[in-house]
Amino acid sequence: MRDLLSGNYAIAEAVRMAKAQLIPAYPITPQTPIYERLSEMESQGTLPGVMVRVESEHSAMAMCIAASLAGVRVFTATSSQGLALMHEMLHFASGNRVPVVMGCVNRVLAVPWSFGSDQTDTLSQRDTGWMQFYCEDNQEAFDTVIQAYRISEATMLPSMVIIDAFFNSHFIEPMDVPDQRLIDLFLPQATLPERFDLNDPAFISNVVTSGAQFLPFRERAFTDMEKAKEIIREVDIEYRAQFGRGYGMVETVQTKDAQLVLVTSGSMTSTARMAIEALRDKGLKVGLLKIKAFRPFPSREVEDALQNIPKVAVIDRNISIGKEGIFCQELKSALYNSTARPRIYGYIAGLDGLDVSPEIIENICLEVLGKEMPDNLPIWVKGN
Amino acid sequence: MYKENTVEDLMRSGHFACPGCGVAIAMRLVLRALGRKTIAVIIPSCASIIAATHPHSALEIPAFHGTFETAAPTAAGISYALKIRGKSDITVVAIAGDGGTFDIGLQSLSGTADRNEHYIYVCLDNEAYMNTGIQASSATPRRAWTITTPAGRSARKKNIMEIMAAHRIPYAATASIGYPQDLMDKVQKAKGIEGTKFLHILTPCATGWRMAENLTVNAAILSVETRIFPLYEVFDGKKYGITYEPQGLPVEEYLKIQGRYRHLDAGQIERMQTETDEEWESLYRHVTDCQRKGAL
Repeated sequence: MRDLLSGNYAIAEAVRMAKAQLIPAYPITPQTPIYERLSEMESQGTLPGVMVRVESEHSAMAMCIAASLAGVRVFTATSSQGLALMHEMLHFASGNRVPVVMGCVNRVLAVPWSFGSDQTDTLSQRDTGWMQFYCEDNQEAFDTVIQAYRISEATMLPSMVIIDAFFNSHFIEPMDVPDQRLIDLFLPQATLPERFDLNDPAFISNVVTSGAQFLPFRERAFTDMEKAKEIIREVDIEYRAQFGRGYGMVETVQTKDAQLVLVTSGSMTSTARMAIEALRDKGLKVGLLKIKAFRPFPSREVEDALQNIPKVAVIDRNISIGKEGIFCQELKSALYNSTARPRIYGYIAGLDGLDVSPEIIENICLEVLGKEMPDNLPIWVKGN
Repeated sequence: MYKENTVEDLMRSGHFACPGCGVAIAMRLVLRALGRKTIAVIIPSCASIIAATHPHSALEIPAFHGTFETAAPTAAGISYALKIRGKSDITVVAIAGDGGTFDIGLQSLSGTADRNEHYIYVCLDNEAYMNTGIQASSATPRRAWTITTPAGRSARKKNIMEIMAAHRIPYAATASIGYPQDLMDKVQKAKGIEGTKFLHILTPCATGWRMAENLTVNAAILSVETRIFPLYEVFDGKKYGITYEPQGLPVEEYLKIQGRYRHLDAGQIERMQTETDEEWESLYRHVTDCQRKGAL
């Protein structure tokens, strides 16, 4: 069915159709409409799950972990300060191997206080052991929530489905909402392991007493996150076969003959597509690499996409103070031992939702094409 | 008042408690009263260590070692999941220390109490952060020595029962390891009530209270008989009832067996007596009010 939905409503719709059974939630801008929409569904009797209006994001995640351990499919959503407050519980979720799926709407972290988009909130949760999927548009957000449950329940690792503040969360786009029957076929009811067995009682997430006991837990999680790459690919292929849409861990646009490849994530990618077209029309060989999966990081796909590419420009709507844009760092580290060794130019653009127009992206491309060597530090793009 | 079998021990020997541990006695009694169809959430505290380390467990029921400040929402989360899965005959109990209850976990405990989520919260109060080595919490009594209050704590002990009663939860009670039958009766009463139940159990700590290992139960009994820790219950946050009439021994009887009060002079002990009398009178007013209104 065709529908007009904001990114937040698209996520709420996917959560309803995924039949999440328990949804502890707490309001924070710009995620709040997800919570509100799910509450509205609950009051109308159309939500299969139970909502709990908890007193903090920290408790929301605690409850998600507990209920997931006890065998039910769960969901919550947050942004910015709320995600930062959850930090402890994010490690706890992945450590306990619970397949929690969480909607994250990227918003700047204070200070200064603001509400616009900035991926630093989710990217600074990089090492929590969660999978992270950055979505370009509302359709992708919907599709990724459905996929994320399959992926998380197969890997027993939690997932963040991530959209940009306002550009995605509040902008309404036409999209396809599949039949519930087809969703049910793709995503059957959760069959999670029985962690609390009265007949075989255990003390779960108990204290280990040596590094030798600790290490296998992390090693196992690492190995399973590596295996998750294959599961992500398979689930996406199956989704494409069923619903006609797939995204891959990365997507390449006109990279084959490119002299310069732009690297983007999130909503900025849609703008970059237009900029690339305009530059191609001017005869410039520019391509695009969209990174969707950030954890696990698609090193193989990135390496393949950037073989024989002389220059790469990464536009980051985030910043790691003391280094550079975070996608830029990750890209460099993925390529260091690779045969693909482009020069990598880092740009910081769009912080706090500052507009990154097609013209800005075109100008970045023109600047990089005319520049022999990259700067040591990222270049700050301050808008039109 | 044996409603069920309260003889079967669900805590094995070989647990990790210190000799003379009040928490271990309380855990044993609570689990006896709850029975096998129980899932426990145990947060970082003496209790979580007593339950033994990976890959062992001293408990014969499934348990989960949650995070410090989330005993309440973790227990509530399991309770919701059990309800969703149609498993209504399993009791969920959260076991936390005083630090995890009075301090770091108070916000989330308040949240679940406000929503009246269905589980039993048991606070095993040994009046300081004993697991990390005797640092003061807001459950540490005024004038008590700890390593972080070498001259005695200056603030009074937070009244957690009044806080919980103010949430109007269906059942809140104090209990003592010195009165095991009263304790187990209260646990079983809590088990039969829908919603959030709160049990505040004083668990003397020989190590942290600086007293001999064989005085734990004596200390518990004296805390009750001196009215420092009266045994009572509160229904719906309003209906108060004393479950054991204390003798009203001088508080000095309780204080003098504990090294943590060794530094008190006669004047300070006198003030402790006055404060205890005032608290008792305040509690007693609640009870007589209820009796007058015919609430109980």
